[in-house]
Formats: sequence, C-alpha cells, structure tokens
Amino acid sequence: MADINNGYLLQQLQEKFEADIISADEPYGMLTIVFDKNKIIDLLSFLYNHTELKMQFLTDLCGIQYPDNEGKEFGVIYHLHSLQNNLRLRIKCFMPKDAPQISTVTGLFASANWQERETYDFYGIIFTGHPDLRRILNVDEMDYFPMRKEYPLEDQTRTDKDDTYFGR
Amino acid sequence: MQQNELDIANNTETKEYTTLNLGPTHPATHGIFQNVLTMDGEIIVNSEQTLGYIHRAFEKIAEHRPYYQITPLTDRLNYCSSPINNMGWHMTVEKLLGIETPKRVDYFRVIIMELARISDHLVCNSVIGVDIGALTGFTYVFQLRERIYDIFESICGARLTTNIGRIGGLERDFSKDTFKLIKEFLVEFPKIFGEFTSLLERNRIFIDRTVGTGPISAERALNYGFTGPNLRATGVDYDVRVMNPYCSYQDFDFTIPIGKQGDTFDRFMVRQQEMLESMKIIKQALENLPEGKHFANVPEFFLPPKQEVYNNMEALIWHFKIVMGEADVPKGEVYHSVEGGNGELGFYLVSDGSRSAYRLHFRRPCFIYYQAFPEMVKGSTISDAIVAMSSMNVIAGELDA
Repeated sequence: MADINNGYLLQQLQEKFEADIISADEPYGMLTIVFDKNKIIDLLSFLYNHTELKMQFLTDLCGIQYPDNEGKEFGVIYHLHSLQNNLRLRIKCFMPKDAPQISTVTGLFASANWQERETYDFYGIIFTGHPDLRRILNVDEMDYFPMRKEYPLEDQTRTDKDDTYFGR
Repeated sequence: MQQNELDIANNTETKEYTTLNLGPTHPATHGIFQNVLTMDGEIIVNSEQTLGYIHRAFEKIAEHRPYYQITPLTDRLNYCSSPINNMGWHMTVEKLLGIETPKRVDYFRVIIMELARISDHLVCNSVIGVDIGALTGFTYVFQLRERIYDIFESICGARLTTNIGRIGGLERDFSKDTFKLIKEFLVEFPKIFGEFTSLLERNRIFIDRTVGTGPISAERALNYGFTGPNLRATGVDYDVRVMNPYCSYQDFDFTIPIGKQGDTFDRFMVRQQEMLESMKIIKQALENLPEGKHFANVPEFFLPPKQEVYNNMEALIWHFKIVMGEADVPKGEVYHSVEGGNGELGFYLVSDGSRSAYRLHFRRPCFIYYQAFPEMVKGSTISDAIVAMSSMNVIAGELDA
C-alpha cells in the first residue's frame, strides 16, 4: 500500500478528475484544490467511497465572497477529513454572482444540512436539492445576505437611532 | 431501546398530535434555543429546532477587527470554556504568521486549557444530574468551578470571559499565587470529585434514567459530524489533541476514554474520565514545566509590557504599530483546530494581508452536532429528551456565534 499523504491524494484525484481540478496548492500543509462546482458530488462521493482514502468526515463547510473576481464571486469551501489516515483536504468551488448555485451534499453528509443553511443565510448561495433551505441564524423576514461584502458594519457614531432602552 | 421501535407512521390518520414549545427560554434547555416538539401523548414524534436567538454576527465583526481584538469574540462562543477558544484563536494566528512559541508557553497553555476543560465538563455533567432531579451534585461541584475561575482570575484578571493570553504567548508569567492555587486545586479536586462521582455514577435512579436514552450509533454520529466527548461516547477515539497534536500535547501521557453505546450515560462517563485525564495532564505539565520566557520573540505581534511602553522608545513603537494595525501579515489561508470542551473547535482564517481577517469561519462543534437531536430523541419521552439534550452539552453562545 502506498503512503497515504497529500501527494498520493493529489495523484489519485488527478487520475480521476484531471480536467476538473482548476488548481492545487498546499498552504500550511493542507492540500487545497479549486474544483469545478458542477462535479462536486462526483468528487465527494469518490473520496467517500475510495477504499484507501476514506474521506468520510465533513469537518467544515462555509462560504466566501470575492466581489472583484468576475465570474466567480462566491465560493463554498469544504474541509474533509479522513479519520483513518488523518489526512485533511480543502476543496473550493467558485460560482458567479448572478447564479450562486451548487448541489447540496446533504445526501452524503447529514452534517452539511445546517452548515449549508448557514451559508445560504449569510451569503445567499443556493444549494440545489437541499431538503430544507431556510435561514437558520437570522430572522426569516430578512431580505439581504449579511455576510456579503457590500453590507458594511453599522456606523458606530450614528445618532439617528434611539438607544434609550439599551442604556447607551 | 424499546420505545424507538414504536411505529408512528401507521397511525397518522386517527391520531391527533400536540405541539409543544420547549424554549426559547425554558429552564431545562440551559440556553436560549427553541424546540418545537410534536407529541403523541408523552412520546416525541418529531422535533424542530429554532436557533439564532443570541446571534451576534461574530464572523462579520471579525472581518473588521485587528487580530488581537478577535480574541474577546471567541470568549463568547463556548463561554463555559473560554480559555480553550482564546488559545485556539491565538494558535491559529501563530500558525498563519509562522510563530514558534517557547515550550514554557505551551505548557502554560496546556494547564489553562485542561483547567477549562474540567470546568466545562463539570458544568455539563452536574447539569445532567439537575435535569434528573439531583441538584446536590451541581451545587457541590460548583465549588471546584469557582476554584478554577479563581486560577483564571489570578492569571489574567477575568473569570468567565477570560480573553486570556496573547498572540505569541501569555501576557505574564504565572505568579507564585497562581501556582499555589493550582496546587491547592489538585489536592482538593479528587476529594470533591470523588463525592460527586459516588453521588451519581453508581446511583440506581441516575443509571435508570440515563442508560439507553438519546442513543446514537457511531456511523450516524460520524455522518452528523460529531466530535469531542459525544463522538467518543459512541466508541470512536477521535481526539484532536492526539490526532493533530498542537501546543506540545505530544509530550503528555494520557488516554482517550471512550464509550460504547453513545447514550446519555456513556457521554456522562466519558466526560467524567476525561476530567481525571485532564488532571493527569496538568500534573505532568507542572512537574516538567520548562524554564524560559512566557512569550515568543515576535515584537511586531506581542504587545510589550506597559512599563516598557512608558520607558522604552522601541517598545512604544511596537505598541503603536500593533494597536494601529501596522504589522505585516502574510497572505494565505489556514485551518487550525483544537479539542474544545465539546468537540473539535476549528478556525478557518483567510488573510489578504490587511490588518483584519478577510474571512474567518468558526467551526462550532455544537452547531454541527445539535442537528442530530431530532433523530436521537424520536420516540422517547420528553423527560428523556431533556436529559439527552443536556448531556450533549449544547451551549447557546457557540450554537449561534
């Protein structure tokens, strides 16, 4: 059996998904690949079912926004962990701002459910096929996605708000 | 578990269900989150969770703050073990900056983190007792928690939301008083803890109420992203301290307690054992405490002591640069995780080289595992569900960020 490390992992991925890996890097020891967002399910199920890699633990799922990257403003970042091999992998998928859509991974990982809802709640990224895509931390009536960069924090010096009840 | 085998689906037409709101402010939820339960008599058919009542937009705020000002935000995630969050954040930034901390700092951090873990587990375990009706243990172990907070107070001046340590080290060396308090705690802990143990661990009522309630299998737990004591109770020995040692955890000799069935009793027992392991680690750290400085040599990130700032030009300049956010930060992205009180607490930090984070995401363990709650309590009674919930150690601050 080959040594299961970042090199082996990348080699396995390149054999299978050569055309879909947009770039690969290794910042701070964690293999990071930018991947075609349309094939994310294929990639995750390949890693999940791989007999040696066994990447069956979704550590983290979160969104990110780069307003200046035209055509790929929004991103979803997956952190996978193979508990057997103690190997981590970061996958990034980018999508344009007029169609921020990506398939849900709830079919593979039950833990993705709320994390995708959170990403939707804060970035407005639509996870197609998600069983229950609603806001999770913010109120349902909210009509914007607060973590987007176009929404700044409230100006601390504003005076038009009545803060009497907050003792300010 | 017998009750889980109830066939609920067959009777939908003839039955009328009751909807019950458990929370948002219910004394038994120990935090502000709501469960809307669909009840068939005493049995839970379905439950739906509403959260976000104390959402404070930490991730958004973090994008506008210099790194050292993010530490107080992490305090308020899992406020039962704030020091672990603080240290986790410091270590994330250190990883980004490539700072090597001296061994003495690591050992100090280990002592602080393990004390925090003990206080976290004490609260969780004693609250399980409270929800069953045994208030005595709770009031009793709170003395110990008070001692731990005294230690934190002597280290950094704060008790609950500690903001302990700095990027690159600790703000000061442990004082003589601190060492004295820790040593007293080490003597006192086994006594009080032993009595707490004898109150609950072999208590017939406690065992009857906890064995078999809120069970989850290892496969489902992994699929739901469980980490920490809740995962270990199902029999998976995943512990970040061992798997990806940080902060010199590889120097210490300790075991990872695991359970078997993943029910409330196993979660309770895993936490009980972990506290004893934490004691072992603290003792080893005190015995082998290396000499040296309590901070790394990174003047561009570690705030100099106040006397220096007032009397030394160089220190004044560094102080100014740090506070005004003039220090250079490399571009990059880093994920660092620590074993928090209730699971793998991760920090995903993307830096674009400016004074504040471009993106900071907290992997909050209880936000991820709390979604398994409906599955765990389906078919059980409401009183069992409450015990299962408190044994999961769901902290509202961490849930809502």
